[in-house]
Amino acid sequence: MNDLLPFEWIAAIRFLREGRLQSLFIISGVAIGVAVIVFMSALLAGMQANIFKRVLTSQPHITLQRPKEVARPQRTDEPGQAVLATVQKPSQRVSTVDQWRKVRDDMRRRSDVLAVSPTVTGPAFVIRGDGSQAISLIGIDPEEYIKIVPLPEKIVAGTFRMTNSDMLVGTQLAEDLGVQLGDKLRVATAAGGNLTLTIAGIFDMGSRSVNQRNVYVLLATAQNLAQLIGEVSSIDLTVPDPMQAEVVARSIANETGLDALSWIANNNQLFVALNAQTFTSEMIRLFVALSVAAGIASVLVVSVVQRSKEVGILRAMGGSRGQLLRVFLIQGAVVGLVGSIIGSTIATGLIAAWRVVAKNPDGTPMFLLTIDPSLYAWAALVATLTGLLAAVTPAIRAARLEPVVAIRG
Amino acid sequence: MADEVLRLEGVSKSYGLGTPAEVEVLHDIDLTLEKGEFSALIGPSGSGKSTLLNIVGLLDRPTRGTLFISGQDTSTLDEASLTQLRGREIGFVFQYHYLLSAFTALENVMMPMLLERGRPDEQMRATARELLEKVELTQWQNSRATNMSGGQQQRVAIARALALNPALILADEPTGNLDTQSANNVFQLMQQVSAASKTTVLLVTHNMDLARRCDRVIELVDGRVVSDHANPAA
Repeated sequence: MNDLLPFEWIAAIRFLREGRLQSLFIISGVAIGVAVIVFMSALLAGMQANIFKRVLTSQPHITLQRPKEVARPQRTDEPGQAVLATVQKPSQRVSTVDQWRKVRDDMRRRSDVLAVSPTVTGPAFVIRGDGSQAISLIGIDPEEYIKIVPLPEKIVAGTFRMTNSDMLVGTQLAEDLGVQLGDKLRVATAAGGNLTLTIAGIFDMGSRSVNQRNVYVLLATAQNLAQLIGEVSSIDLTVPDPMQAEVVARSIANETGLDALSWIANNNQLFVALNAQTFTSEMIRLFVALSVAAGIASVLVVSVVQRSKEVGILRAMGGSRGQLLRVFLIQGAVVGLVGSIIGSTIATGLIAAWRVVAKNPDGTPMFLLTIDPSLYAWAALVATLTGLLAAVTPAIRAARLEPVVAIRG
Repeated sequence: MADEVLRLEGVSKSYGLGTPAEVEVLHDIDLTLEKGEFSALIGPSGSGKSTLLNIVGLLDRPTRGTLFISGQDTSTLDEASLTQLRGREIGFVFQYHYLLSAFTALENVMMPMLLERGRPDEQMRATARELLEKVELTQWQNSRATNMSGGQQQRVAIARALALNPALILADEPTGNLDTQSANNVFQLMQQVSAASKTTVLLVTHNMDLARRCDRVIELVDGRVVSDHANPAA
């Protein structure tokens, strides 16, 4: 007996150690449950982090644009009358943000916005000899834009050099046109702009269509090509918490009257899928936790029945109901805690094994599995609490045993 | 009256109160036990011996009547106070010893002290060792109950009953499950400790040989004390 431990702890640990096989089985049950939850959480977190990283590093969290032009019928409805008019939707021109410098400065002052970058975006053609290809021309302020999309990291050939005669093209476009670093390409827009630019760098954004369509040039170059001198077509923003992008976007839209399109609205399908995945995993976690709790409770109920005579004699010797209640509650908590420690160890092993097994065809890891240390702490806490809760009913049974009945029966 | 350990005044006990099957198993029992008295409680099966013992041991409450332990009226006490009083003033020895199999002999003897004080300490161990020495089990102190003979286990139970130096020891057929030799040893031991520490003992037994060796024999038949006399032979 350890002199530092109170009676309840001593008895709880002795009882667990004595019922070796039962304790072993139930602790294994908890361990397997915890291992499943921890491994699944790590896998899901790793996968989602990977998807987010791919989606978010190639686009801004929020894009501000002038609201779409709408046509209004000249005659409006009068009370009691209906106007049967077909209103044709206008075609959308490349529009510009009114007073964009003021909007940019306002955005910079917001605490929920990390970076602000004005851009000119519009359709264009690149022409080389006989070949031409439609592209999406993006004019950027390099210093600001790299805070939103880390372009220099994406450069696979050449450098992130941007003067007014340079351009950055994607790997796919370079391949389609058969061009390489230093080659010159003519860029033309429907507005009549026409410039010949030098390929300073080739990037890979991890998406074939982006690599084919996006062409980055200096903001001034794009303004020149799109005939939008001194204007910008949109303002790109980055927020501290990407998951809050939609909330921030709505607040900005209300404040400025501009259209604020968040990456969440932009990738709605993906977002719904990720949410469904998270929900599914939470349901699995809940049911695993419930079945673990049921297992602990059933083992402890049996243990109370088996030990009813011992409980009775402890009560006869002056043991209080509270003391016996605590003996069984502690057993539940200890089972949960020990099970969670073993389970976390198993999960760590599974993750290590997964790293070895799950590889891309080229041998690189499929994605980085992140194990948040706080996950272990949470698993231990939740498992211990589950054990404690599961032990409530058996513990109350033990505490309610009448010594006479327990001893005689 | 200062030496009175236990007093029952008009104690009755009924089961199934208020139902058609209501049955009174103890009728109006008056009984007093003095300090250091070694009494036998005898009677045929179903005479109410165990019920009486449970009431005296505060494991059960009488339907009517009053029970005084060391002068204290127990009818006014709540559950928690009864438990405390039971732990402090009464030691139990049962026919089936009920040692805790997860603990050693020494730890079993420490248990009443542990329950009262919450944490083990050296003083508890010393007291428990002394008690085991008294019941001649020093060399068994680190053995589990399951590795000991019935007689040895019962001696551990006696040491355990003495742990908090109770005023009263209640023994429910402590020798009923033992062979003659062991039964004799256990009985002698109880007499010795009672004499040495002036502990009152109430022994329920079927064994008339043993009853005859007690200071006083109380006979219970159909829930009534039919005879209560000092034993001239003792």
